[in-house]
Amino acid sequence: MLIKIILVVGIIIIGVLLARPASGDRHLALRRLFMVFLVAVAIVAVLLPNWLTSLAHLIGVGRGTDLLLYVLVIAFLVFVSTTYRRNVLLDRKITLLTRAVTLAEARAEDAERSALGAEQESDGSEPSGGA
Amino acid sequence: MDVMSSAAPFRQDGSTIGDVCIVVPLYNEAPVIGGVIAQLRKHFAHVVCVDDGSHDGSGAIAERAGARVLRHPVNLGQGAALQTGISYARDISGIAYLVTFDADGQHRIEDVLGMLELARASDLAIVFGSRFLDNRTKAGWAKRIVLKTAVWVTNKTTGLRLSDAHNGLRVIRADAARKVNLVQDRMAHATEIVLQLSRTRLPWGEYPVEVLYTEYSRAKGQSLWNSINILVDLLIR
Repeated sequence: MLIKIILVVGIIIIGVLLARPASGDRHLALRRLFMVFLVAVAIVAVLLPNWLTSLAHLIGVGRGTDLLLYVLVIAFLVFVSTTYRRNVLLDRKITLLTRAVTLAEARAEDAERSALGAEQESDGSEPSGGA
Repeated sequence: MDVMSSAAPFRQDGSTIGDVCIVVPLYNEAPVIGGVIAQLRKHFAHVVCVDDGSHDGSGAIAERAGARVLRHPVNLGQGAALQTGISYARDISGIAYLVTFDADGQHRIEDVLGMLELARASDLAIVFGSRFLDNRTKAGWAKRIVLKTAVWVTNKTTGLRLSDAHNGLRVIRADAARKVNLVQDRMAHATEIVLQLSRTRLPWGEYPVEVLYTEYSRAKGQSLWNSINILVDLLIR
């Protein structure tokens, strides 16, 4: 029964992660710590397969492979949510960059036009438009 | 407040209004954009069109029709295009009002002139066009449900009491426009812009407008699916 609590809490944490603004440094550090932890658990599970099964029994899951599957599902959901967040931030950057390019180009065109207009004016021909 | 004004004044002498900038976000509207821009240019000296990465030549058509065309190198969405246009337009010297105007020809210029008149007469910083203040606009039931839901969400999140949301026609005074910084790139900007304008605490009003649902705009318009996207965009940022 413990596994139900663990899984539900895991899913809730993902939901919170989704709604929370990602802060750079702490986020990255947590990701890296999680990776180290994952590697350690994977090695132990390979060397001592029985350990995984006894851990599963401890929290109310039938087999070690079942536990592995559950953890995999949670890990996948974490991956989906963090990737989504990264995409949103990346989109924001692309938007700002694109806007900066567009406005810079527009300003350059405007400068060119006003220079051209000034030239025409000095030639005596009135540029059209205005007020 | 009496929002029903008399017939909007068309200028007979051929001169154009110089202290207003029309902002038109544009994405793949080649069949209609030329006519829309040409009509606008009859009345307004400044028409800024943001070509949001169109690949049907819309930008070139708009330019030939007399718009100042800004180009996004890639497609970002209507909200992003609108913000680019607002950022550009509010820095043009001598501009007192910005008007957001859809590229697909569903808005009427008479309504723009009426809204500007209302803004000037009543000293309003923001005038929202509303298609639900009278019965002129013919919307199907599905569209009505989508739009009414959008109005409800907008009113809940902004604390305003609008009768229409996601109407592309708005008059925004230059000082209010300076407070707008849209981060919703897609359709949810329509709620975001109301939220940001409401935070300015500047006086606002609504004006009854007619939205023309042509075959063309019906074929392109917001679907029910889009309203789901808008909700998700607003909830998860």
